[in-house]
Parts: sequence; structure tokens; C-alpha cells
Amino acid sequence: MIISVASGKGGTGKTTVAVNLALSVENAQLLDCDVEEPNAHIFLKPNFTKTVPVTVPIPAADEKKCTLCGICQTVCNFHAIAVIPKTDENPGRFLHFPELCHGCGACGLLCPEKAIAYEDREIGTVEAGDAQGISFIHGRLEVGEVMSPPLIKRVRSYADSKGIVIIDAPPGTSCPMIASTKGSDFCILVTEPTPFGLNDLTLAVEVVRKLGIPFGVIINRSDIGDGKVEAYCREQNIPVLLSIPFDRKIAELYSCGISFVQEMNSYTKKFSELFQMIREKIRA
Amino acid sequence: MKVKQIAIISGKGGTGKTMLSASFAALAENKVLVDCDVDAANLYLLLRPSVVQKQEFKGGVKAWTDQSRCNRCGLCREACKFEAVLEDFSIDQTDCEGCGLCARVCPENAITMREIVSGEWFVSETRYGPFVHAKLGIAEGNSGKLVAVIRQAAREIAKERCKALIIIDGPPGIGCPVIASLSGADLAVVVTEPTLSGIHDMKRVMALACHFGIPTGIVINKHDLNKENTESIESFAREHGAEVIGRIPFSPEVSKAIVQGIPPVEFCRNGVRTEIISIWEKLQRR
Repeated sequence: MIISVASGKGGTGKTTVAVNLALSVENAQLLDCDVEEPNAHIFLKPNFTKTVPVTVPIPAADEKKCTLCGICQTVCNFHAIAVIPKTDENPGRFLHFPELCHGCGACGLLCPEKAIAYEDREIGTVEAGDAQGISFIHGRLEVGEVMSPPLIKRVRSYADSKGIVIIDAPPGTSCPMIASTKGSDFCILVTEPTPFGLNDLTLAVEVVRKLGIPFGVIINRSDIGDGKVEAYCREQNIPVLLSIPFDRKIAELYSCGISFVQEMNSYTKKFSELFQMIREKIRA
Repeated sequence: MKVKQIAIISGKGGTGKTMLSASFAALAENKVLVDCDVDAANLYLLLRPSVVQKQEFKGGVKAWTDQSRCNRCGLCREACKFEAVLEDFSIDQTDCEGCGLCARVCPENAITMREIVSGEWFVSETRYGPFVHAKLGIAEGNSGKLVAVIRQAAREIAKERCKALIIIDGPPGIGCPVIASLSGADLAVVVTEPTLSGIHDMKRVMALACHFGIPTGIVINKHDLNKENTESIESFAREHGAEVIGRIPFSPEVSKAIVQGIPPVEFCRNGVRTEIISIWEKLQRR
């Protein structure tokens, strides 16, 4: 059973919900898929036992075989290859721009001379370990790297869907959010009751509907803004799974990297009820 | 005249990029505004634009299978690195990255690459000046490319209308759209909060700005929420030759301003307002 936690807008409380939920069920697996800015480890302080470099394949041409025919440049839809033709003054060259490369393999497969081989380029790492009974996995994108989806997919590959898997997704509604939530059995959308929260919630709702994932909403800091998020959810028939009022204590615990289910008993029960509710929705 | 570009970034989401960008919009003169958080754009909610020009964003191509020509040989599925060719040889449109390899290996020419509209972008007028913004299509990718398109449009407007400054409201994270928002900027304002997550993410986005050789100024939003963490941000800044250019106090007035759709510097009548004005004055001197 895979439950993803997403939001559209950043900073609404995805990590808070994902971590507190993982702490409220037994033997959960938590995958932090926000590989650009992973934060769940700050709260769980896992003991990492495994670090795996994650690489993407990048093409390199064998100068002896390459005839500089330029087919690789033609077939690369991402403009990641430039072939400088041979002239009297210039010996010609195969050039590759890794930051544009999607690793599709077209250049290698379609090279008539079989001159292209792939080398591994590291884009980040996956770290795995245990934290307070939770099996924890996250990815860290190297600073300066452009493409996070290959790393997110690698983090996702650790999911053991026979058990309870909770995914902390990155903000936004584009590729990284989709790579993180796609194929989950349920998605929790965390929002706040402000025009920003509502705007981004409606976008995230459209995405999860398009992906065909059942979902519900958690309204965090539920008393800071207006009632429009609630009205929207009513109108759209979206279940509000939980409302968490603003509490300076929660904010202070968060600032120190402490999960509030561990300090505020009233929430321990609320999060295990949340899990039961989601489990029933998945079964239904 | 060289146009100066200031990008507001944060690493972590929800630290206050947009409220600060909108406040700078209210304070700055002779500028163009651009919202580069194209997949969760919020700046328009505070600037209340009237759209003057709307354009389609053609983000690329995606594969499409003509089932009547497909002989089910499976070469496309074998070639696709993105697992986008489904069992019935139709293409999963969210997984397809548009490389076109399937179409090239198909012996029956059953797969065509179709140009897709993956969003739209707008040039608008606001009471703060011209504003370029965008809306990425639902479940579409290529946000970095759309960021590049709207930044180019903003530069053109700045040139045509003799604007000296471009204010860029950036997206969270450190990946593709952030890099597209930062490249070529003259200064990055890094908005953080005194939480361990805020600090962790600030360090990564500062490293990114450094990687691209872009000078930074740090703003600590809600600085009074955790004094110890605020101090640790300040000592980090000192050690790394960066400057903390502002400390905005926590105030429920900021949420109220956002609910009213007004930049906080115009709405708030407390320390939030004075501090944002002081930050802007510091930025002008840089």
C-alpha cells in the first residue's frame, strides 16, 4: 500500500504529515522523494546503513569508429549532441552536453558505426537506513544537477508495496511531483487556507485526478486564512481528512526537527485514525 | 543600459518568496516582474494582473501510436528507457519524454511524434508595472524550458520599455526550473526561516548560487520563531562571506495580506513593513 503526500505549494507541511504518519503506524517504510531538498531525515535522524550512488548513462563516441556522420545529432531530440564536421582546417569533433541529455539511448542505438558507448555520470545518491522502527530511504540530488526524476524513480524502486509505504513528494505539480506520486494507492494533498494554498491545491487536484489516484486533503494551519479551501473541498466532494490548527508549539517543535506526534499525545491518536481512514478508502 | 536581474529563491518551499517578491514589486521603480514558479504560480494573486497577451507554450513532442498500423513487434517497448510504451503499445503521455526513439525504431511507421502544448504564458499589466507569468499544463513537464521562455520575454520587455530591473520570483528546490530561474541573474535573494529544514535547504540553494557564481543576500523570515536557529544562520552567513540583509518578524498580518491579495509591505502596519523596506534599501545599494 503506497500513500503519497504532495501539495503543489511548498512549505504547507508535507514532510510533517509524512513523518508523523509514518511514526503512527507500525513497520512503515518512508521514502523521501524530495531529492532536491530532502528534509524528512532531519526529523527521523536515521542511522544510514547504505549509500548508493545514482548515475545516468551519458554517451561517449569512440574516435576510432566515429565517422562524424552526424546521425546522433539528428536523432537527439534534446539537442544534447553536436557534431562538428571534419574540414581541411578542423579534424571534427563529437560534443555532448550532459545537462541536456535525458539518457534516452537514441544516439547509441541508431549510430551506424556502433561508435557510441555509455558512461555513468553520478547525479546523486540514495541513502537507506532505520529510524525509530521506520525503514527510511531518501535521495540527494547533487547541487548543480538539473534532472531529478531519474533519482526519484530510483528512490521509488525501494518501495515494498506489500507493506505500508509513505512517500514524501516534492512541491510543485510537474515532473518531480508526478514521478513521486504516480502509481500510489492514495495521495494526501496538504494545503493551507490561503489563496496561495487554494490555487496550488486546485492544480495538484487536477494532476492526481489525471493520474487516477484517489486522494484527500489535509488543511494545515487551518485557522490562519479564510474558508475558501474548505468550501472548495465541499464543492468538489473532496474529503478533508484532517485539519491542524496553527499552534506555536508545533511551529517551534518543527523548527527544532521534532515530530509533534512524539510530543503532543492528542495527535498520536489523530494520525493513527488518519491512517485507518485512508486504509478504508483504499479498500473500498 | 544593462538590465539588472534579481532572483528570489529559497530551496525550501513556503518560506516567503512570493510575499517578498510582491513587496519588492510595490517598492521598486522602473522594473519588469516575472513569476518563474510556473507549476505553482502565486505572484499573480498579489499583483492582480490584466492579461494583455497570451501565448501557447509548445514544450516539445510526445509519441502517439496508430493502432491500425502497429504490428505488435515490441521494438518500441524494448527501446524506450522511460517505460512509456504500455502493454497495448499505446504511449503513457505522462511518462513519455519525447525522445522519439520509439518512432525511429518502429518498422511500420506506426508511431508519430506530435507537438504538444504544455502550458501557456502571459504578458500582463499590473499597477506595479509589466508582469510576465505562465501556467504549465496539468501533468506536463519541461518547466525549465518555460522558465527560459518567460525570462527571455521579460528581458525583451525591459529592453523595449527601458526598464532597469527584472524581479524574478523563483520556484522552490534546486533543480531544473531553479537553475533556469537563476542563470544569468545578478543577485539571488535567499529567503529562509529559522527551522532546521529551512537551514538545510538554504545551504543547498546557496551552494547552487555559488556554483553559478551568483552573489547572494539572505533574508530570515519569521526570525523570532527560533532565536538559536536564527543565530546559526547568521554565523553560517559570516563563515561563508554572505550577508544577512533582513530579519522579518513572524506576524499573522502576512497571512491576512495574502488573503486580501495585497503585497504585505503595503498591507502590514508593523515590523514586517519596516523590515521589508529596509531590505529593499539594502538591495538598491548593491
